[in-house]
Amino acid sequence: MMLCQECNQMPATLHFTKFINGEKNEIHICEKCAQEMGEVYINQAGQGFSFNNLLSGLLNIEPIFQSSTASAKPKTEELRCKRCNLSFKEFVHVGKFGCEDCYKTFDNQLNPILKRVHSGNTAHIGKIPSRMGDTIHLRKQVAQLKEVLKDLIEKEEFEKAAEIRDEIRSLEKQNDRHVDGGPQS
Amino acid sequence: MSFERFVQSALSSWMNEDGPDTDIVLSSRVRLARNFKDFTFPTVFSDEEGQEVIELIKKEFAGKKISECGQLELLEMDSLEPLHKRVLVEKHLISPNLASDSSFGACLLSDNEKVSIMINEEDHIRIQCLAPGLQLTEVLQMANHIDDLVEETVDYAYDEERGYLTSCPTNVGTGLRASVMMHLPGLVLTQQLNQIIPAMNQLGLVVRGTYGEGSEALGNIFQISNQITLGKSEKDIVNDLTSVVQQIIAQERSSRNALAKTSHIQLEDRIYRSFGTLINARIIESKEAATCISDVRLGIDLGYIDSISKTILNELMILTQPGFLQKYAGGPLQAYERDIRRASLIRERLKLEKNENS
Repeated sequence: MMLCQECNQMPATLHFTKFINGEKNEIHICEKCAQEMGEVYINQAGQGFSFNNLLSGLLNIEPIFQSSTASAKPKTEELRCKRCNLSFKEFVHVGKFGCEDCYKTFDNQLNPILKRVHSGNTAHIGKIPSRMGDTIHLRKQVAQLKEVLKDLIEKEEFEKAAEIRDEIRSLEKQNDRHVDGGPQS
Repeated sequence: MSFERFVQSALSSWMNEDGPDTDIVLSSRVRLARNFKDFTFPTVFSDEEGQEVIELIKKEFAGKKISECGQLELLEMDSLEPLHKRVLVEKHLISPNLASDSSFGACLLSDNEKVSIMINEEDHIRIQCLAPGLQLTEVLQMANHIDDLVEETVDYAYDEERGYLTSCPTNVGTGLRASVMMHLPGLVLTQQLNQIIPAMNQLGLVVRGTYGEGSEALGNIFQISNQITLGKSEKDIVNDLTSVVQQIIAQERSSRNALAKTSHIQLEDRIYRSFGTLINARIIESKEAATCISDVRLGIDLGYIDSISKTILNELMILTQPGFLQKYAGGPLQAYERDIRRASLIRERLKLEKNENS
């Protein structure tokens, strides 16, 4: 009979294996200790497992959808991040990225994943870091104004359109100054 | 150390503060996940990078004063006793993963323990801020303030389209997880919570037991948090959660009143039996203790018991966990010994109340 590794008294009735960063960790404990450590152990492990399983499940749907285009599947699997060397296959396995460049490397695969996890959303709305923020704010403003401009031209409201055009020009000038002053993005 | 001083030093000082709706909301929490542009994420980084992140934090932030919260103290996981780490986990100041599995893991903890910044967990930093009662907006402000301070010296991994980039795609965008810890005995007793949980899931919110495993919540304490971090502003995430929590507070109050009206004597009996158990038990398991503590807290809120302070629930839920019991005992305890120690700690804590009131 295997004894609980925590209290060394009761028989170990719960056995589970934790994988952390590829390292295998076997845990054998009795129910009482499991209950006591619930938060620290079982719950955490449970959450981790179920979440990873879920995510892997979500990600694995991709190849099925793509299987009609036979060439797409091996391509995706082989995809590898140049900076941190994480492959898409490894990402699917652990459910975690290795660096910020992964977001660009796996950009084509990203939208379906983000849509499922974030109720259909794929783009950030919210805080912009203040130091890099100025130029981003300007660019977002310009993009918005360009939409308005298009609209006005379609409606043939040329006077208003000219005003908007001038506003866009002055914002773009500001943006150029920012870019010249700071590091090129 | 006297028992009273042990309790005082064991608990976070903010737990004695009052906040809005503290009869039902124990605490509000906000967490911002951030990564540094110059390093690969902790999920894959080299030892050198891990070390560099720690050095950077040490240089820029260790000992720094955060207004109202006091100084930030750097606690490196490698140099902490296992028991100390366990206690930090039991106080929800660090995650179990940071305590046991991180390499070059550390935590910047403020004097009042309202701010805890985890370093090199899944992301380079996770800024966590806590406050008693329902104060999500205030807590978000505090976290934003710290976020801005950090950003003054470090470049974040940020993308115009995707927002703050995190190891796990479930946190990308705002990197914000807002949560509240709620005591909901009324909704559990009247079996209404089972209907509320699926509705909340549909709103993109997650409900789980804070203590204990799976769906079973020890001591009727539940954590409610947002699931979605992308495509919604920080303000909207926090406002939406707050308005749902306010509705739950209203429902919890009305179910408590209904219980007190329709089953007054049964409720009073239950509360006093639990009180009797806590005062007299010599051996008590964590599950039974949690149930009795929840009953007694309900009794205080409904006015059946007036000799005990309201903070008893928060205090005892934390103090009766294995790590604290062992700290109190001054050494490792086996499960059976813990049950004895737990019973004696609860009796002593309740005796303290009687002394104060007499």
